[in-house]
Amino acid sequence: MSEEGKPVRRPRTPRETQELVERSLRRRYGAERRFRAYGLCAVILGIAFVAFLFATILAQGVSVFRQAYVQLDVFYDPEVIDPSGTRREDDLRLADYEALVRTALRAEFPGIEGRRDVRQLTRLVSSGAAHELQRRVLANPGLVGQRERVWLLASADVDLLLKGEIARDEIGEEGRLSEEQLAWIDTLRERGRLELRFNRTFFVNGDSREPEQAGVRGAVMGSFFTLLLTLILSFPIGVAAAVYLEEFAPRNRWTDLIEVNINNLAAVPSIVFGLLGLAVFIGFFGLPRSAPLVGALVLTLLTLPTIIIAARAALKAVPPSIRDAALAMGASPIQTVVHHVLPLAMPGILTGTIIGMARALGETAPLLMIGMVAFIVDVPSGFTDPATALPVQIFLWSDSPERGFVERTSGAIIVLLAFLIVMNTAAVLLRRRFERRW
Amino acid sequence: MTPAALLVALVALSFVAYLTGRARSLAVVGGSRRIHDLHSLPAHYGMLTALSCALPALAVLGLWLAFQDSIIAGLVAAQLPERLRNLPPELLGLVMNDVRNVVAGSVPAESAEPEIRAAAAEYVRLQGIGRAMLTAIVLAVGIAGLLVARSRISPQLRARNAVERIVQGLLIACSLVAVLTTIGIILSVLFEAMRFFARVPWYEFLFGLTWSPQTAIRADQVGASGAFGAVPLFVGTGLIAAIAMLVAVPVGLFSAIYLAEYAHPRFRAWAKPVLEVLAGVPTVVYGFFAAITVGPFLRTWGEAIGLDVSSESALAAGLVMGVMIIPFVSSLADDMITAVPQSLRDGAYALGATKSEAIRQVVLPAALPGIVGGTLLAISRAIGETMIVVMAAGLAANLTLNPFEAVTTVTVQIVTLLVGDQEFDSPKTLAAFALGLVLFVTTLALNVLALHIVRKYREQYE
Repeated sequence: MSEEGKPVRRPRTPRETQELVERSLRRRYGAERRFRAYGLCAVILGIAFVAFLFATILAQGVSVFRQAYVQLDVFYDPEVIDPSGTRREDDLRLADYEALVRTALRAEFPGIEGRRDVRQLTRLVSSGAAHELQRRVLANPGLVGQRERVWLLASADVDLLLKGEIARDEIGEEGRLSEEQLAWIDTLRERGRLELRFNRTFFVNGDSREPEQAGVRGAVMGSFFTLLLTLILSFPIGVAAAVYLEEFAPRNRWTDLIEVNINNLAAVPSIVFGLLGLAVFIGFFGLPRSAPLVGALVLTLLTLPTIIIAARAALKAVPPSIRDAALAMGASPIQTVVHHVLPLAMPGILTGTIIGMARALGETAPLLMIGMVAFIVDVPSGFTDPATALPVQIFLWSDSPERGFVERTSGAIIVLLAFLIVMNTAAVLLRRRFERRW
Repeated sequence: MTPAALLVALVALSFVAYLTGRARSLAVVGGSRRIHDLHSLPAHYGMLTALSCALPALAVLGLWLAFQDSIIAGLVAAQLPERLRNLPPELLGLVMNDVRNVVAGSVPAESAEPEIRAAAAEYVRLQGIGRAMLTAIVLAVGIAGLLVARSRISPQLRARNAVERIVQGLLIACSLVAVLTTIGIILSVLFEAMRFFARVPWYEFLFGLTWSPQTAIRADQVGASGAFGAVPLFVGTGLIAAIAMLVAVPVGLFSAIYLAEYAHPRFRAWAKPVLEVLAGVPTVVYGFFAAITVGPFLRTWGEAIGLDVSSESALAAGLVMGVMIIPFVSSLADDMITAVPQSLRDGAYALGATKSEAIRQVVLPAALPGIVGGTLLAISRAIGETMIVVMAAGLAANLTLNPFEAVTTVTVQIVTLLVGDQEFDSPKTLAAFALGLVLFVTTLALNVLALHIVRKYREQYE
């Protein structure tokens, strides 16, 4: 080929060839190592994200489990609580409990006079302290006239100071705590009257405008009612739909349509389900806003595709020989399914259902659409009471300007993640324990 | 009885029906020794009786509850005094809302006008009548069903077949719920969106460059006509989704390649679930993380190198959304890579390719359709994601491609337009449904395309 005028290439010596190959091999092995390193980096990056996310949330939120309390000697003065001496519940309820707190605080610091100083002093204690005293008296009217030493909620600023969330020197500028208040706080701490204790409030209270009084109980109960109803609705419907599609449906265009439909619904943005709930359940059927009932209906539609797909996979995994055996013994198709196929598929179906429920528990956007974002102090006690859900509570708190709510938000996230971890662990264990390989 | 109590009563009644039917079937043939004369098991006769007691009664209950409210409202509205009855429909709706509020006790009755109070009393009266009638009718239908079914029990009655037909019908009905959901979504979103487009022309909505959905509180207010040009929202959504994909696709794809091709099985066994934890974290948690940690971090970092980063920048939302999407990309890509037959890899190795060359030049091209499909699904998820952008992206509808500025997205606007109490038919509320329609159509198209590509690809190697 190279004879006609083209430059003749001298054949390479074996040594040159070897060098060439070795050079290209070095290059190729280098590329190989780099490629592998990129992959490892990507995995490590992903795992680092997980670790960072959890570490941040934990670091911000774990302090919520402790809360600053002030110990005061409260005298349940009959003159203040019940001057007429009737001991009627209505009178006891309306009494001026803040005066009791004020008196107790002044007894702790006898030298303080003047309106401004007294007001500053009372600001150390949360406005929830008066409610606590009211609760105690209503629970036990015999307390009136007695003295009692009680731990009362400190205000949010004192709480943040004790936890080191706000430094002492920034305090004056932001106008949170004055010099005098700082001195009182130090005195109280020296006397052992002010300390961080287990934060019971966070677990028994509903929402509140004051960070130190806000708790997750209302949101947890709202989520509980919503999820309970979601489970009651979506589990039977989902299993029935899966049984029909997997066991009875003829293969035709109609069932194809249903199948494509379910797959697509699984990928529709959740907020669109919220729009559906708003337009149909609230707008058309006139169901109440903010109710777990409507939330559950929306979440049912949202989780149905997940449950149907999981249930179909579980049914498909049951070998045909089981069905053939049952049919051969004279069972009808329905009896075959109900007596034999469904029990064998149940662990898989339950696993899918738990995963669907976990997804529903973390869902926020559709609940915003149907009005479960209202500020609700009372803990809901039924399916039609106004309520929020745990993720919505997180959203609401994260929006609050008060600094104390950052910690509350992280705390609520920890509670939410704890529920999710429990549910997912249950799903994994269920699968490990009962999954059968045929 | 309240509907819940009625439901419990109905369950009890159908249990009685079950026992009656079973006993009757045995009695017809003369005791359990002659049980072989029956066509079906006694339990089947019992179930048939229970079903014919419960199903019609349940249907009546459901229909009644669905329409009771609107019928009562219509009756009450018809009895309002002349002055109120001739109001235009929107104002009449407001009046009826007042009535409902008085009925529900959320507004004290003393503060309401006398007409409203009278209407509320009428409302309560009709509700009471309705409830009593409902109880009577439902129980009557249930008992009638029970008696009819009982009277038809005979040894020849094919009870099992009848029960199974009914059960199969119920199964079909359940599988139709998914279809009804889709129809419901389309109808509700489309219907409201049409009402929106009747007031704001569709071309203005799709191609307009200004978005400021305030509408006038008073008719003579200045500068409050509202502009509904959604292009800034589309651009913002696209910008944030693009940033998210810039994070998610490389990280997801490379980690899938590493886990599928290189990693030791034991490393893979724990690394893969850990990565999938990212998909299980609720989006509201990511939103909080983006708003509290990532946003301020980017801002101080930007200040340090002289960039003006908004604290609600598109970058923060996009980065965090990208992290959220990593597991979607990686698990789908992982499926696709492991589905490539080993013979292709072996062929490449036989030609002297290194592992990475085999992956880049043989495995990835073979898996490409699946990976593209997975990426499309991830894009549709990024577009429809709500909480991260609501919490970390802004509300200002800036038309910009600068990732350091605040942008807003379709989902953010839907949430801001609909959260809070508004009347149901201002352009502001309806605009949310128009945005919802765009969102639904876009994600649906992406999903259909992606599922189609993935399915085609799977068939290739099956």
